[in-house]
Amino acid sequence: MNFIETFGVSLEAILSNKVRSGLTMLGVIIGVMAVILLVSIGEGARVYITKELTGLGTNLLIITPGKTTTRGGFHPPSAGTVRKLSYDDSLALRRRAWLLTDAVPIVLGTGKIKYQNLGRDTMVIGTTPEFQRVRNLFVGIGNFVSQGDVDSKSKVVVLGTTVKEELFGEQSALGKVVMVSDARYRVVGVMQKKGTSLGWDIDDVVFIPVTSGQELFDTDGLFEILASTTRAEDVDPAIAQIKDILIKRHAHKEDFTIQTQGAMLSTMDTILGVLTAVLGGIAGISLLVGGIGIMNIMLVSVRERTREIGIRKALGARNRDIMAQFMIEAMTLSGAGGIIGIITGVGLALIIPVFIDVLPTSVSLWSILMAFSFSAAVGVFFGVYPARKAALQDPIQALRYE
Amino acid sequence: MHRFIMIELSNITKTYRMGEVDITVLSGISLKVQSGELIAIMGPSGSGKSTLMNIIGCLDRPTSGAYHFESREISTLSDDELAAVRNSKIGFVFQTFNLLPRFSALKNVEVPLIYSGVPARLRRERAVPVLEQVGLSDRMHHKPTELSGGQQQRVAIARALVNNPPLLLADEPTGNLDSRSGSEVLDILTGLNRQGVTIMIVTHDKDVAARCKRIINLKDGQIINDQVIV
Repeated sequence: MNFIETFGVSLEAILSNKVRSGLTMLGVIIGVMAVILLVSIGEGARVYITKELTGLGTNLLIITPGKTTTRGGFHPPSAGTVRKLSYDDSLALRRRAWLLTDAVPIVLGTGKIKYQNLGRDTMVIGTTPEFQRVRNLFVGIGNFVSQGDVDSKSKVVVLGTTVKEELFGEQSALGKVVMVSDARYRVVGVMQKKGTSLGWDIDDVVFIPVTSGQELFDTDGLFEILASTTRAEDVDPAIAQIKDILIKRHAHKEDFTIQTQGAMLSTMDTILGVLTAVLGGIAGISLLVGGIGIMNIMLVSVRERTREIGIRKALGARNRDIMAQFMIEAMTLSGAGGIIGIITGVGLALIIPVFIDVLPTSVSLWSILMAFSFSAAVGVFFGVYPARKAALQDPIQALRYE
Repeated sequence: MHRFIMIELSNITKTYRMGEVDITVLSGISLKVQSGELIAIMGPSGSGKSTLMNIIGCLDRPTSGAYHFESREISTLSDDELAAVRNSKIGFVFQTFNLLPRFSALKNVEVPLIYSGVPARLRRERAVPVLEQVGLSDRMHHKPTELSGGQQQRVAIARALVNNPPLLLADEPTGNLDSRSGSEVLDILTGLNRQGVTIMIVTHDKDVAARCKRIINLKDGQIINDQVIV
């Protein structure tokens, strides 16, 4: 009895009870669909975040005050006897750390920006001209903060497009005077539009010279220093250089932390990879439940067709013929369910981002292959027991079965 | 026609274990059947008729004793080898017809051919003439539920014959039929016997037995009478 033959017999049996077969398949369909969908969402987040972070430059080094032993992620500057990072530190790095292309000081705070009767609370970043290059954010109209502005503590501001549109609408903002936390600042430029990244509006920000920022926030320290190297292989020697220079300046104490974008990236990648695996695993449980559904139905089917098994055996069917018949039936149910599940899962994964834009998805081939082979394996695994039970029926008992 | 000993049973016993007790169904049956015979096996309920037929039909194995079918020792064969013997050497006709309800008459007749590896296109070629032989050429595409009892039994006979087995075993083939259908079925069976098929019929019915050439009576698992009717 060849495969096509057996397949025909199995298909016939499946089609003779359409509702039951459909419901049985539904379990597998939902399972496979859930695996693909959830893995796509997890993968989507991973791909998206990787892309966003890579867009900021992988040769980026972030120097923050305070010593932490953890690698990657954000953490607030720890309190205590820590010496702050100063603007002079960034100047020293720029002068002496020749592996660095840039060393950009950053002060960060929130402030209220007002123009006439309109106001907006936004993020205020104090920095230097090189910020543009390091962060890949460039001025669109007018000029960015210049070195002269930094040196002379000028009260000039560059607006993010969101802030510009809030305060000025269609009007030109260049040359206008706005209030930044009760100090008068002249608008010298408007940034290019960048959009939203990871739910954060990059354009909802204003830039001022770092020295003006220190005055505004009443601090002589920095939030962080952003540095970058030209080549990826310079990152590690550059870290050594930075340490060497800063430790000497900080009374021989390593009271700062250097993070690399690469390290943050791989940390994020690991976290999101685990997240994806967990999501997939949870969905896998529903696939397992679907498999149990198949076994359940197959057991009922074997019992219902006990007499048929007896007749077939009397007519010359070998145990393996009966086994094959029921195995193929189980595998057809799970295989068809798997295919339908893949179609709906991929379909949903492609449709979801259209309606929910904060939920990027990425359909990966491996999740499809995994879900399908898993569903086929479920068919085999949960089909074996009922099929064996069918194959080992005693023909005489089976023929007498009512 | 050349005659040979088709079946030879030597001191066959069959015991079933029911919980703690052993029940002996057959105790020392010895029997020879020549090719071309038409035999009725009679006896009261529980005399072991069906068990004997199951053993002869290779559906069951004896507890002890030897069974030679066409000079081949059967009781030591594996399940698969027994299945092959059933498929090619033995045709079964049951009291309750035992057709597959979802299949047409034609498909039912084709089933034994599936298991002997006949390709799909040849199966039909072989099944159709056999159905014509039992007078059902106009009912080939009907399902069993659309056929009368007599017609269903004739489909079952066609199914038993499709592989041209030398032996046909019938267990109460007329038991569920009215007398007219029953006699039609018997006509077919006796006709087949005239063509050389060896037939053994288990029956309660004296009229059925009367049309056979040899009657074996069983009681309590033993042959109590074995007479050839001339």
